[in-house]
Amino acid sequence: MTAKLVIENLKNKPMRSLLSFLLIGVPVTLILTLQGLSSGMLNDAKERARGVGADILVRASSTTVGLQQSADSVTEVYLPYFRTKVPHVKQAMGVINHSINLPLVVTGMDEDEFNAMSGGFTFLAGHALHEPDDILVDKLYARQKKVQPGATIKLLNHDWHLVGIIDTGKFARLVVPLATLQHVLDTPGKVTSIYLKLDNPANIAAVVRFIDENTSLNVQPMEDYMAMAYDANNIPGLSEFIYVVMGIGLVIGFAVVCLSMYMAVLQRTREIGILKAIGGSRSFILRIIMAEAMVLGLGGTVLGILMSFGAWWLIRTLVPSSLSIRIVPLWWPIACAVTLVGAGLGALYPGLSAARHDPIEALAYE
Amino acid sequence: MNSSRAIETQDLRKTYRVGKVEVPALRGVDLQVRPGEFLAIVGPSGSGKSTLFHIIGGLTPPTAGRVRVGNVDLASLTDAGRTNLRKKTVGFVFQKFNLLPNLTARDNIAVARYIAGADGPFTKDFEEVLRLLGIDNRLDHKPNALSGGEQQRVAIARAIVNHPAILLADEPTGNLDTENSKAVLEILRDLNQRLGQTILMITHNPEAASFAHRTIRMRDGKITDAG
Repeated sequence: MTAKLVIENLKNKPMRSLLSFLLIGVPVTLILTLQGLSSGMLNDAKERARGVGADILVRASSTTVGLQQSADSVTEVYLPYFRTKVPHVKQAMGVINHSINLPLVVTGMDEDEFNAMSGGFTFLAGHALHEPDDILVDKLYARQKKVQPGATIKLLNHDWHLVGIIDTGKFARLVVPLATLQHVLDTPGKVTSIYLKLDNPANIAAVVRFIDENTSLNVQPMEDYMAMAYDANNIPGLSEFIYVVMGIGLVIGFAVVCLSMYMAVLQRTREIGILKAIGGSRSFILRIIMAEAMVLGLGGTVLGILMSFGAWWLIRTLVPSSLSIRIVPLWWPIACAVTLVGAGLGALYPGLSAARHDPIEALAYE
Repeated sequence: MNSSRAIETQDLRKTYRVGKVEVPALRGVDLQVRPGEFLAIVGPSGSGKSTLFHIIGGLTPPTAGRVRVGNVDLASLTDAGRTNLRKKTVGFVFQKFNLLPNLTARDNIAVARYIAGADGPFTKDFEEVLRLLGIDNRLDHKPNALSGGEQQRVAIARAIVNHPAILLADEPTGNLDTENSKAVLEILRDLNQRLGQTILMITHNPEAASFAHRTIRMRDGKITDAG
């Protein structure tokens, strides 16, 4: 009967109910989209890093990690050192990862070395880098910027000639010749990272120890690097930012439900009086108000989840290269809990106020 | 006090405080109602009829005096105790029907049963009462699809669904035309005669009062004629 009362109340004021669902749903969408973006972008970067096929990553000792690309660099002199002096190193490749507009990064590399290390890019159109000003872009960037081979792309105040479109998910989104990028950035002979491939992955620990003992560089197995660099907990401020958004969601849920239920209680003063006249206890009245708030919270969560699919589709359609997003079902119950807590707190005052109504005054209410 | 009485009050007083002013609504009411009696209470506005009705119905506590409904002494009841009294011991019929507008007639009746702790379909006996009231084929309509007479009959059904010891009717014909008024009064009389339902009815209408066994008159918070 409580459910029937709640449902009939919600049906009786469909616009109020829909607006409440919508307003509660917006922060749910915000939380899920933000979480989906952080998860999607970290996963995308991780998958692309994995696509290099390297066993060990070497960087300057003060280099930061993950989505942040540092300007600190390593001299290319180390490349022949790794190739000849470090045991078990089969191949050493120096690259520059330079941020254009985070998280978009242009990568300068020697394509022949990359092909040897990773098996090469999968070309969807065009061909490999031949000339110094050639550039490759992945399909997401090509789709977002609507470019085809033959187009000119202006990056870093330099005109690049688009010669090929590569499949996404392998190391780089924008690829240019290493030497040209060093020239454009005015960092001749420098790279930001050196990737090493060994003769046998069983030697990773030994090689890392050797480099660590003989150089001042930052050296890590690729698996360790990816586990650390692409863990959301290691991105400074990201968790805090998500908590802030969750807090905002809680406050919005609280405010929307409080206002909505306060209005509902005012509108239903007489009905509350009727329920009390026929024996409805304070807890019964409070239960109805809280149940209605929970339904608003649940409905808002469901709408918020649906809207997060809309956000997911929009981001993947409009800015697939700039932003990677995933649907994160694990966060649905968290967003739902945040909303329900907000809705429950928001309904408390109107609910208690309704429960305390004097039945005679409530029945006289017009 | 005599426990065989359905209702008994002794020197019942109620004073309302309006701002800093105390307004006496009942100034010492002594009333006895037998089980199965149909009693009409008449009097001008402000005579205390509704206040007496509210105290007997457990909607508000008295300021002083004693009031007993069945075996329950209302003066000693807490708010929760008065709520329990309204669940099962008294049933209300109001002038403005006071049905829940979002629920069907059936659910309006069912909600009273639910609050009293009963659930499930109506009993066969109660189905018979619904036929007697002439609303058995109108139960799936919401109040806005029912006539005033039908709404009041649904309100009567709601009031008696939990077999209350007392039915309190506050101007039950006040919003009805002559034909529907007569029908509702006949229903009340029928309930009284067939089921032995104790009924207290407030009315301004002498014709309505004539349906009762006894009529008491009130003025200035006192009973001036005990009938």
